[in-house]
Amino acid sequence: MRVMAQMAMVMNLDKCIGCHTCSVTCKQAWTNRTGVEYVWFNNVETRPGQGYPRRYEDQETWRGGWTLNRRGRLTLKGGGRFRKLLTIFSNPKLPAIQDYYEPWTYDYETLTNAPLQEHTPVARPKSLLSGKDMAVTWSANWDDNLGGSPDHGDKDVLLKGIADKVKFEFEQTFMFYLPRICEHCLNPSCAASCPSGAIYKRAEDGIVLVDQDRCRGWRMCVSGCPYKKVYFNHRTGKAEKCTFCFPRIEVGIPTVCSETCVGRLRYIGLMLYDADKVLDAASTKDDHDLYEAQRQVFLDPNDPAVIAAAEQAGIPRDWIEAAQRSPVYALINTFKVALPLHPEYRTMPMVWYIPPLSPVVDVVRDTGYDAEDRGNLFAAIEALRIPVDYLAQLFTAGDPAPVDAVLRRLAAMRSYMRDLNMGRDADETIPAAVGMSGEQIYDMYRLLALAKYDERYVIPPAHAEQAHSLEELATECSLDYEGGPGMGGSGPFGEMSGTPTPIAVENFHMLRDRQTTDTIVDPGDKARRVNLLNWDGKGRPEGLFPPRREDGEDKP
Amino acid sequence: MNVLLFVVVPYVALTVFVAGHVWRYRYDKFGWTTRSSQLYERRLLRIGSPLFHFGILLVALGHVGGLLVPESWTDAAGVSEDAYHVVAVGLGTLAGFCTLAGAAILVYRRRTVGPVFSATTRNDKIMYVLLIGTILLGLGTTVLGNLTDHPHDYRLTVSPWFRSIFTLDPRTDLILQAPIGFRLHALSAWLLFAFWPFSRLVHVFSAPLGYLTRPYIVYRSRDEQMGSRATRRGWERVQ
Repeated sequence: MRVMAQMAMVMNLDKCIGCHTCSVTCKQAWTNRTGVEYVWFNNVETRPGQGYPRRYEDQETWRGGWTLNRRGRLTLKGGGRFRKLLTIFSNPKLPAIQDYYEPWTYDYETLTNAPLQEHTPVARPKSLLSGKDMAVTWSANWDDNLGGSPDHGDKDVLLKGIADKVKFEFEQTFMFYLPRICEHCLNPSCAASCPSGAIYKRAEDGIVLVDQDRCRGWRMCVSGCPYKKVYFNHRTGKAEKCTFCFPRIEVGIPTVCSETCVGRLRYIGLMLYDADKVLDAASTKDDHDLYEAQRQVFLDPNDPAVIAAAEQAGIPRDWIEAAQRSPVYALINTFKVALPLHPEYRTMPMVWYIPPLSPVVDVVRDTGYDAEDRGNLFAAIEALRIPVDYLAQLFTAGDPAPVDAVLRRLAAMRSYMRDLNMGRDADETIPAAVGMSGEQIYDMYRLLALAKYDERYVIPPAHAEQAHSLEELATECSLDYEGGPGMGGSGPFGEMSGTPTPIAVENFHMLRDRQTTDTIVDPGDKARRVNLLNWDGKGRPEGLFPPRREDGEDKP
Repeated sequence: MNVLLFVVVPYVALTVFVAGHVWRYRYDKFGWTTRSSQLYERRLLRIGSPLFHFGILLVALGHVGGLLVPESWTDAAGVSEDAYHVVAVGLGTLAGFCTLAGAAILVYRRRTVGPVFSATTRNDKIMYVLLIGTILLGLGTTVLGNLTDHPHDYRLTVSPWFRSIFTLDPRTDLILQAPIGFRLHALSAWLLFAFWPFSRLVHVFSAPLGYLTRPYIVYRSRDEQMGSRATRRGWERVQ
């Protein structure tokens, strides 16, 4: 047994209202820069839908993740090492920018300098890639709330088998939101695909990161990740991905997406797992068994043998205690309501989901029946095969049994707690019907419905005795802001070249500089990039207003 | 003048080449990348890039053979000059034309595809001129030399001169016997080498051969140096 700790997340999809706050705050924190305009480390998809990038789940096209070869051994679906090196000059499986969307801004200048005319001037969309006029046809959540589904709803990869049954008419369809971040897999295929070895998994907390100094821009990780959660920064030529907000996690606070989640649907905690078992579990023959196999890799943090092995592996005591209190462990293993996203990719993902009961509840309520009644709900789960099959495609490689079980548990909680809330006697046959006790149901209800901040996020801080080597606590004076002596922004070899600074220090100085400056701080890259999303009202980005006249008068 | 062109220029170029790479690697690891533009456009790249890269790899291999292996060695191995010449010219011309065709496609792509064009820096343009100029001069000399039926045996002039530079005994008299095409090709190559460390060509030196032997999943501990910088003096970890 080789015990390792993994920072993991569970999202309760029933609570997601699709507000995109997580995406927006994540973007503000991490990808609010040139070169990554099209990048969303966190995105929220409406399902059924194509997702972002479009049809990323179609691994017959993109060849992401792992597969079993003829001898039953785990290999990269996109081909092994030799194949990767032979195709390095032109990666055949790289999504084009059109598969994401072409980033754009608007030509706001015409609004201020257009001559007097009969019609109001229009700010035309301009491509951020070429600077030319463009027609906006797609974006990160273009099919939000099933928008445009009659035209392209059938392009959802998961509907391949059941498309004829799902008619995209509003009365008949179902819908839910799926927020996605990097899965920080136990068996990351992006890392395995990286020719330079720049992508690594942190031994302490399992966070998967790209070493920006080692990345050489070979782009194999983008194709290797089946979730398409590694992105290519087209300005710096480096791969970038979700960092699980490690600078925040290291000091014990949750990721930005979790912190700002309006529905409070995210849970963060530690999972202990046996690193020796990962390969075996990922090589499980039947796709349907992968969910159970991954669950078997996790270790019970209350087991004395596990605790002893963990201590031997150098996991600090407070981390073991955090693992015991982990809400993620409770949801995955104790209550068994969380499921992995696409286990059939065999990467052992570590961001799990509680499938939504709401498509079922909605149907029951809309047909006029009591949507909190156990009998009605159980019957509906039986009858509503399409949503259940769809969820199974997402979470269990198409095996409806585990999804059924989870939905029944959630339904049981619903009707059991209704009785309690209405002041009626508890009906103990309800928990018994799903193999739980009333007390367990109540605990689950507490965790899902009431849990406070410190119960939802159990994050042990990184250890202080290691602090000096932690990037984020580097104690030094950084002069690395725009125009400062340390020269941030564009170096002589393109965007952001030169020695980088730790994120927190850089942000601190950049923000302070921006907030206190009385001079122009323009977005890195001049002329054709006037991006008001990035403009905080300080100074005048070049190109926002027409140039001043020679004589100093500032007339339009 | 000849000393300047065929002694000073090579030494300066070599010094800049080596020192430049060391400096660039220390100062700008982050900028050390291929700066791929595949995200913008892939149809032309799909043809042009492999054509260019495999071609130039073959060309480089040919140069190693032609410049570093003395004629006496191949003679000793029983390979006649004529046989050597036929193989070298045949393969070299083929590889050269592949490279040139690839480069032509890539330059065409750079000029005509909007996003790729706007991502092209001045640095890139200088690099393209030097690189393609060198290729054209080399290929032109080879092809014209053979068409006029008086192929020059560069292994008696250019190659010994090239080797003599590394033995710190530069033989300008040898290179001066070579036709003008060879001399221009060599000069243009030295300029390219001098510019190399400051261009995107540095990605040649990160050819990821280690990928063939390393384990698939890389684990790194937070304890060891995190991210980009070395531990500051006085902050080393206490063992």
